[in-house]
Amino acid sequence: MKTRLTSVALAALALTLAAGVQAQEKVKIGLITDMSSLYSDVEGKNGALAIQMAIDDFGGKALGQPIELMSADHQNKADIAASKAREWIDTAGLTMVFGGTNSGTALAMAKVAQEKKRVYFNNGAASSALTNEQCSPYTVHYAYDTVALAKGTGAAVVDQGGKTWFFLTADYAFGHALEADTTKVIKEKGGTVVGAVRTPLNASDFSSFLLQAQNSKAQILGLANAGGDTINSIKAAKEFGIDKTMKTAGLLVFLSDIHSLGLKNTEGLLHTTSWYWDLNDDTRKWSARFFDKTKRMPTDVQAADYSATMTYLKAVEAAKTTDADKVMEQIRKTPISDFYAKGSVRADGRFVHDMYLVEVKKPAESKKPWDYLKVVKTLPGDQVYTTKAESKCALWK
Amino acid sequence: MSISMPALLSQLLLGLVNGSFYAILSLGLAVIFGLLNVINFAHGALFMFGAVLTWMAMNYFEVNYWVMLVMAPLIVGVFGVLIERLLLRWIYKLDHLYGLLLTLGLTLLIEGVLRSIYGVSGLAYDTPEPLNSATNLGFMVLPNYRAWVVVASLVVCFATWFLIEKTRIGAYLRAGTENPRLVEAFGVNVPLMITLTYGFGVALAAFAGVLAAPVIQISPLMGQNLIIVVFAVVVIGGMGSILGAILTGLGLGVIEGFTKVFYPEASSTVVFVIMVIVLLIRPAGLFGKEK
Repeated sequence: MKTRLTSVALAALALTLAAGVQAQEKVKIGLITDMSSLYSDVEGKNGALAIQMAIDDFGGKALGQPIELMSADHQNKADIAASKAREWIDTAGLTMVFGGTNSGTALAMAKVAQEKKRVYFNNGAASSALTNEQCSPYTVHYAYDTVALAKGTGAAVVDQGGKTWFFLTADYAFGHALEADTTKVIKEKGGTVVGAVRTPLNASDFSSFLLQAQNSKAQILGLANAGGDTINSIKAAKEFGIDKTMKTAGLLVFLSDIHSLGLKNTEGLLHTTSWYWDLNDDTRKWSARFFDKTKRMPTDVQAADYSATMTYLKAVEAAKTTDADKVMEQIRKTPISDFYAKGSVRADGRFVHDMYLVEVKKPAESKKPWDYLKVVKTLPGDQVYTTKAESKCALWK
Repeated sequence: MSISMPALLSQLLLGLVNGSFYAILSLGLAVIFGLLNVINFAHGALFMFGAVLTWMAMNYFEVNYWVMLVMAPLIVGVFGVLIERLLLRWIYKLDHLYGLLLTLGLTLLIEGVLRSIYGVSGLAYDTPEPLNSATNLGFMVLPNYRAWVVVASLVVCFATWFLIEKTRIGAYLRAGTENPRLVEAFGVNVPLMITLTYGFGVALAAFAGVLAAPVIQISPLMGQNLIIVVFAVVVIGGMGSILGAILTGLGLGVIEGFTKVFYPEASSTVVFVIMVIVLLIRPAGLFGKEK
């Protein structure tokens, strides 16, 4: 009896170990993003869908085993994001943490991924700290960051004569970074920042903040916020006639924001984007497939979700392992070229690719549904992202 | 920081606008709590529902704002009557917590369905004619629509207060909550009265929703953002106190407005700080009676 028990226990142990080994080689991607609140139209469930499209296009399998995708809602709370990532790595054998919108959560997950040695991709969070002060050998920051947004929009607006700025800043990591990075660009170009107001995330009424901006007599209203906050700021600016005395510069504007506000409220808005669905035949082709499934055109974050997943899966196949160090090495040495972007991942984890300075079309210029933007200028990747001289990342010295 | 008088005046006015929303929403909550003893967590969702209905009417049927200002509260009121008849009436005898959980569940349901249809970025609603211009008051440019919001909600708030505190129906209602059996003995149909009260309370929320439609981007989340503050308003004013809810709503809107100038980072928390202080000093709220 006793020996029988022992052998059963041993068999169970062997099975567990085998499962453990298997789990390590099975590719499991865990998307942790805002699924229900103010950023969920930017990425959300359609971000998960874009990742699944990439998995399906890849053949559904990597290293001979089915690829698994899990997704969770971090509710814009850093502690939830970090504990979910930790839980999935510890109990589900996650091989890649896919962090979505919201910089606070993104920085928290980057720490967990680094500690647990897992590949960490992020799209949607913009804080440049991910690849600068808080850079990690396991982070790939894919779509855009606050530095590129600042250099793109900030420089263009100052060049057009917008020398004095007032900021409406989302009061957390992302807003602070965007305000600081843009301020730097404005000052370098000879402009000044006359004031800023820190607004709580997801505020319902921006009129009070906007009046403060108007009283500052600045030429430019800089919106260092995103998603629902940007939408409500632009709407209130229109209502209070702020747009008659100030020009609005949206520092992080998504296609979903413009769709929601309509061209009438947004025409002429200058901003920087990493991608737009109507750039060329390749982007249109992929976007048409996305549209068929969702009835919406993709945001740049959703397109980046697809591209990032492909990049990761190709690296896993090439490295023939899910081992984070080897996969990261593969990612850094292989140039990326697809419908989303062309470029490569630097030592600090930044995917450097071209960005686009775009302007929202006038209602009369829009010829078809979702025809919202025109490209003013292509911004070369090596100019808009953090340069080696500016970087404080120890991995890139 | 130096703040000019015009800046203060304009913030006072904006605070009143936001306070009007707080007042009308907390009024509905107070009426429902006072007569049904239910903490109606679905209030924010029904506020949002009122706004979404306004948008739907305009976009699918070209029914304008002024019609919806009457229709949306009626539709939501009927919806409220159904909620009361089918769900709430079964839990009156249970602890308050059950009502709260039930209505929270309803909230998640309503918000979830609308979110999956419309997403969260929201739907734009144009300011209705003839209020879509602005008036220069000297110290600020005030959109006429915002002035309308203050006037409309003050009228509705006052009418509600008058109805409940000064009329015969109101007297029945108040008596019905104190001693339902006795009132029934006088031949008053108390269950029907309670049903209609709930319908009326949520109709107020829908009315606020229609008022908010041109001001805030209409989104399934708009109620969620507001309702927590409104609950704090009710607690500060005193649960179940009609006048308390109105005055506290307006007052807190103004205080919040000033906070947005002096220390904007705290503008989302100032109401809760006040709530804590009030609870420490007057646990029943500023206008509430100790039981």
